[in-house]
Amino acid sequence: MSAEILLDVRNLTVEFELDGTRLRAVDDVSFALRRGEIVGLVGESGAGKSLTSEAILRLIACPPGRVSGEVRFRGEDLLALDERALSRIRGKEIAMIFQNPGGSLNPVFRVGDQLHEAMALHLPGGRRTLRARAAEILTRVGIPSAATRAREYPHQFSGGMAQRVMIGMGMSCSPSLLIADEPTTALDVTIQAQVLALIRRLARESGAAVLLVSHDLGIISQMCDRVIVMYAGRVVEEAAIATVFHAPAHPYTRALVDCVPGAAGYTRLGTIGGVVPGLRALPPGCRFHPRCPVAAPRCSAENPTLRALADGHRVACHLAGDGLPVRRPA
Amino acid sequence: MLRFILSRFGQTLAVLFMASVIVFALMRLIPGDPVLMMLGDDFTQVAYERMKAQLGLDRPIVVQYVFWLRNVLQGDLGDSLLQHQRVSLLVWEAFQPTLVLVVASLIAGIVIAIPSGIVAAMRKDSAWDYGSMGFAILVYSMPSFWKGIILIWIFSVYFRWFPAMGYVAPWTDLGDSLWKLVLPAFTLGTFFSGLVARIVRSSLLEVLSADYIKAARAKGVRQAALVYRHALSNALIPVVTIIGLQFGALLGGAVLTETVFAIPGMGRLTVNAILNRDYAVVQGTILAGVLLVVVVNLLVDLTYAFLNPKIRMA
Amino acid sequence: MARQLDVECPPALETAPVVAPAGTGLRRWWRRFARNRGAVFGLVVLVLIVVASVFAPVLAPYDPLAQGVGPTLSGPSRAHWAGTDSFGRDMLSRIIFGARIALIVGVVSVVIAMIIGVSLGLAAGYYGGWLDAVVMRVMDGLFAFPIIILAIAMMAIMGFGVTNVIIAVAVGFIAPFARVTRADVLAVKEEPYIEAARLAGVSAPAIIARHVLPNVLAPIIVQAALRVSGAIITESGLSFLGLGPPPPTPVWGSMIAEGRNFIVMAPHVSTFPGIALMLAIVGLNLLGDGLRDTLDPRLRR
Repeated sequence: MSAEILLDVRNLTVEFELDGTRLRAVDDVSFALRRGEIVGLVGESGAGKSLTSEAILRLIACPPGRVSGEVRFRGEDLLALDERALSRIRGKEIAMIFQNPGGSLNPVFRVGDQLHEAMALHLPGGRRTLRARAAEILTRVGIPSAATRAREYPHQFSGGMAQRVMIGMGMSCSPSLLIADEPTTALDVTIQAQVLALIRRLARESGAAVLLVSHDLGIISQMCDRVIVMYAGRVVEEAAIATVFHAPAHPYTRALVDCVPGAAGYTRLGTIGGVVPGLRALPPGCRFHPRCPVAAPRCSAENPTLRALADGHRVACHLAGDGLPVRRPA
Repeated sequence: MLRFILSRFGQTLAVLFMASVIVFALMRLIPGDPVLMMLGDDFTQVAYERMKAQLGLDRPIVVQYVFWLRNVLQGDLGDSLLQHQRVSLLVWEAFQPTLVLVVASLIAGIVIAIPSGIVAAMRKDSAWDYGSMGFAILVYSMPSFWKGIILIWIFSVYFRWFPAMGYVAPWTDLGDSLWKLVLPAFTLGTFFSGLVARIVRSSLLEVLSADYIKAARAKGVRQAALVYRHALSNALIPVVTIIGLQFGALLGGAVLTETVFAIPGMGRLTVNAILNRDYAVVQGTILAGVLLVVVVNLLVDLTYAFLNPKIRMA
Repeated sequence: MARQLDVECPPALETAPVVAPAGTGLRRWWRRFARNRGAVFGLVVLVLIVVASVFAPVLAPYDPLAQGVGPTLSGPSRAHWAGTDSFGRDMLSRIIFGARIALIVGVVSVVIAMIIGVSLGLAAGYYGGWLDAVVMRVMDGLFAFPIIILAIAMMAIMGFGVTNVIIAVAVGFIAPFARVTRADVLAVKEEPYIEAARLAGVSAPAIIARHVLPNVLAPIIVQAALRVSGAIITESGLSFLGLGPPPPTPVWGSMIAEGRNFIVMAPHVSTFPGIALMLAIVGLNLLGDGLRDTLDPRLRR
């Protein structure tokens, strides 16, 4: 299991300066992606997962933000590149799609033109070739009457259609990594499955890796080989999808899985008491400890670091692997 | 789009109708009996009755309005008591310099405002930002007539770069015309730019934080294209609307600026007419002014509809 | 959404709870207002104008109407800080008294316009129907007139003088107040508590006065603040044109007009009243902006 490492995030930290206080929204996050993998980044809203994904392509406004750490793509640190080199990678090597598909398209430009632009920036070929390719891509993502629709404006597209366009645009230059930030959150449930299937199909066909960011563990379970769990800006667990559902080590992961109905045969829906802490009121030590059912005194004093529990399974918890019951009783 | 155009046209007509009623009412409220004034020393009861009937002043007020409206629409605005000429002719002659001044000021204002607003937005919270926005507030708050006087003092009297007064039509002598227009257009134009620059800035800031800009950046679009192509094409659309909304203020400013720079436009015509109680002329200039404002607003709305795909394609 | 994980409602970064300083709403509002230096400057300017107006007889070193208290057209000196005009009158005293008229015209005309405009807006917005249509058509018609032009027209009817300027400017500002009020009333009308009051049998005027009005007040106040500077500029413009209070009343606009003839040899005659006028306008505009930024709930993001 040694496909080359495509993306190597090391000690990524994202801070913001708001009204004189410095808030750390992403705290020392590290993980890696291999070629062709589909990895999920999961966590509640406010966990910092969207910011992590945006930081990879340096889409965060700095000021007021500050990004530190390393983001190595094929060995090169993206955070150290200049704007010109970075713009050659964006859209070509690494593509990204976002949560609000209708809002991701410029309202005053035609859809086909925007698709064309995505390719003209990176691919050789004259206008006519690329325009033909644009129509081709629209058909490939399942938009009927591609030629007509290419001349239309974003407001004439439904959410699901727009996201298909975004996916097509993202994959148009055959990137090796597609980052999908909550791609289906704003869509109807029925459309969600279609869009996810499209992402999976296109990725498998081109061999691209996918970083799927979502708060919905159910979606992650359908799509991903591996899962990274984040809480309050930190990575708390990282494991293969099966492990996450059947043998989660971190209490937070366990609680998340319990919230997914039918996840492992339980009939009662679990809840997690308490609220995700605001960035100005982060608890000391392990950030989850106020809500943790098995918290020990050590947890409020010391911040647990990520350690390997087994091959491909890392946890940030003082108590994991110490013979604790793996499941909460029903 | 067609429905939008038709409805806007309908609205414009309704507003013009209402404005005409207001003007008619205002003119009728002027104290004094116009018949008496016109007869002057030749007053006899018989002549009075005759002239009154002749002018239609013995009919009910609504009928008077209809007659009046009919005359206006035919271009008959009466005669100037002072200059013994048809009002429509006087107004037409005065209208041109005003229009030239207004257009020149609009252009000057936009040329100043848009780069100023862009710079302020791109370098938010920097010295550039505070500087250009501070300048904008300053020139917007300065009364235009005083600004004109100060500009004359500095650039005409002291530096002797530009003339203090006078007007030449651009079609008569473009060079001379532009030279004489510099100070007045700058006076009015800076007032206008003060407003517009702030709108450009806030509109651009709002657009720059939009999702589609983020998505375009993720596509690999470089900063320059991002701002000047992707962002500005959205940000400038509301600015068009502002131009329409503020045109009335611009015209008002033109009235004062014309007085300062001795431009023979509608402003001067109106003020002289009022001071000399030449009410027919006052009525004519007011009607012309209102017509201009309403037409400009209509054009602005149509331009906006054309620029905004959501309305254009509807 | 069967598989939702958001079991509680956790705050996203942008809405992370700000530690709100303790204190009543007023104090909190003031703290936010005070952070805007421009707005504070505007408030200071307003206070200065009010003080100058109220205490003018005490503050002014000379009688503003008295001619020959100094040499004609002399520049700033120890006896006359702002110099004298062509009649030998003290400029500083005239400027201070000029603040009086500016303030009175500015405030009174806006208050009148506000009372009439807001009432019209409330009625049109709340009752709707033909009342709304008629009122708004008239407002649209009024809106087509640039303020100065409308004011000039009214002066033609009524003659010149302070009262007439006030009325003329007030009429010009009715339409903006009516529109703003009506727009907000339309929004507020749909709120549940209005429906509740109606069902409870509260009469329409009472609903308007007790429930609708307080909720649309904030934008109205902002409008009012912004319009006062417009009123003062309009009044100055009219005075400049010779349509304002007759000489020898000290009014900044006509003072500037007088000084125009002497711009070369005695620029101070136009310049100082102009500076006073400009400071007043800048200050009031900044104040209005500051009020809008702090009071308008729609802008609070």
